[in-house]
Amino acid sequence: MTIAVRHTWFMVGRQLRNLMREPIWIALLLVQPMVWLLLYGQLFKRVTNLPGGGFGTSSYITFLAPAIVIMNSFFGATWSGMAMISDLDRDVLPRFLATPVSRISLVVSQIVRSALIAVVQGVIILVVSLALGVRVHTGLFGWVVILAAAALMNSAFAGLSQGIALLVRKEATMIAIANFIGLPLFFLSSTLISIRQVPHWMQIAAKFNPVNWGVIAARQVVLRGTEWGSVGLHLALLFGLSVATAAFATWTFRAYQRTI
Amino acid sequence: MDGIVVEGLRKRYGAVQALDGVGFRVHAGELFGLLGPNGAGKSTTVKVLATLTTPDAGRAEVAGHDVVAEANAVRRAIGYVPQSSGVDRDATGRENLMLQGRIQDVGGRALEARVGELLDLLGLTDAAERVVRGYSGGMKRRLDVALGLVHRPQVLFLDEPTTGLDPEARASMWEELERLAEGEALTILLTTHYMEEADQLADRLAIVSLGRVVVEGTPEELKRSLRGEAVEVELSDGRAADAEGVVAALEDVLEASSEGRKLRSRVASGARAIPSILSALEARGIGVEAVTSHRPSLDDVYLHYTGREFAAEDEAGAREDDSAAER
Ligand SMILES: Nc1ncnc2c1ncn2[C@@H]1O[C@H](COP(=O)(O)OP(=O)(O)OP(=O)(O)O)[C@@H](O)[C@H]1O
Ligand SMILES: [Mg+2]
Repeated sequence: MTIAVRHTWFMVGRQLRNLMREPIWIALLLVQPMVWLLLYGQLFKRVTNLPGGGFGTSSYITFLAPAIVIMNSFFGATWSGMAMISDLDRDVLPRFLATPVSRISLVVSQIVRSALIAVVQGVIILVVSLALGVRVHTGLFGWVVILAAAALMNSAFAGLSQGIALLVRKEATMIAIANFIGLPLFFLSSTLISIRQVPHWMQIAAKFNPVNWGVIAARQVVLRGTEWGSVGLHLALLFGLSVATAAFATWTFRAYQRTI
Repeated sequence: MDGIVVEGLRKRYGAVQALDGVGFRVHAGELFGLLGPNGAGKSTTVKVLATLTTPDAGRAEVAGHDVVAEANAVRRAIGYVPQSSGVDRDATGRENLMLQGRIQDVGGRALEARVGELLDLLGLTDAAERVVRGYSGGMKRRLDVALGLVHRPQVLFLDEPTTGLDPEARASMWEELERLAEGEALTILLTTHYMEEADQLADRLAIVSLGRVVVEGTPEELKRSLRGEAVEVELSDGRAADAEGVVAALEDVLEASSEGRKLRSRVASGARAIPSILSALEARGIGVEAVTSHRPSLDDVYLHYTGREFAAEDEAGAREDDSAAER
């Protein structure tokens, strides 16, 4: 176990060091979440006045900010398998597999790297929204909950993305699948608009949408009247899903090993 | 003691029988060469020995450990330089080496010192802080070798370490491999398509074809095992196939093969056979540019043992295509 943790740490270090050498990547990492926040914030500014309400606040940006943390984390996760494909294409994995490196660390490090980046972006979004006047009702602990939801959301889908990457092993297919999964799940959530404003069937579907679980948990701690039971339940659901998709990714890794 | 023991390895990929009973032994401290045509099963053999894949049948030991039952012990004892480089191209040379050392459980000062030593040994010190993406092919290959050596393995697998290198880079790689083979008590298994490489570097070698070892021995033994002399005829036009038929039928000729405008044959005695070869060709109106004769080289050994197999392999390939078409 401790070996798996140590090796995961080495592998995360490798990925982050390489990324830190890409100035454009770093710039986008910092700017992109703010673009979401400002763009959607302006676009839907007035929806909180809609009859039927359900926003829990009159400030749309307050409603939006925690969900943007989740959305950003979700999209980052769906693409995280691309790094695995690049390692496969360049035969980096076979070289590692001829060493005693912990097999699980090769998969888990990709998920951890992805989640760490999502948390850093989450902090940026929260700081910017603080400047825009968003107040997290439950204070600092609320920030921690939002970031935890972002990390769990990310792990859940990064595990799935890694698994798909190991199964398809091709960039073009990976891109098609990420789009196919990503956009519908995003639009079937209450990220941009209150769940009370969408058709009934969508409200039902959203109940089973993990993206919405994250949005609910993160948004609850920002708005007044936080229901901690619901926050805990949705975090637990995301945790369970993360474990399941990590297991799926490990299983696909074994399948990949059998093709060498 | 044996560094590597391979017995009856079999491995199938879908319709392809990649290994069909490969077996050989490599003594500790020896440099052993594995030769054979494309698809013969050299890389697959190395992948089994490096624990990347498991055989369907048979057994192999590396540095005294079974490759299946004691895979992790094997992994600690070996260095593996794959046929296609596995370096992390977005990291620097030094970072690649440091990471490789850490996952092999070398750490701290010892690792830093070892990495510095290897960079020196392989002439990469000046490039150590550069990202590998910008390395030349030769530099990348030397880094591959360094990666395999970080943890001072007992056994090193080199899968075509010099393929794609220019002659100068190849010569310098040979020097480095020779130094390695002499120095530390290192057992080396090397696959190659270059006969001179095997001739110069290998203490012993095996020729593999269709997933089986067809012959094994020292380069000298193998050359001596071919009786007679090798006669090479350079034709002035391209009727090599014709010429091959004519020459192969001669009494003094043991075997003949052709490639482009070159006709190779092995004969019991050059003095007797060359005149009859020349007159037979002349009788057919096949022009001759030059004739040379020499003791059988490793090339001749290779052709002798894989030539017939080549043809058989092509037939097998054609049969496979047919059955695929039927399906
Ligand atoms: N991972 C794999 N999946 C499917 N088939 C494979 C795989 N690896 C090897 N093969 C097949 O097994 C056979 C032996 O391949 P191998 O790579 O061992 O040959 P080789 O002797 O190394 O050839 P080369 O000199 O071209 O490197 C080939 O027909 C190859 O197509
Ligand atoms: Mg090969």
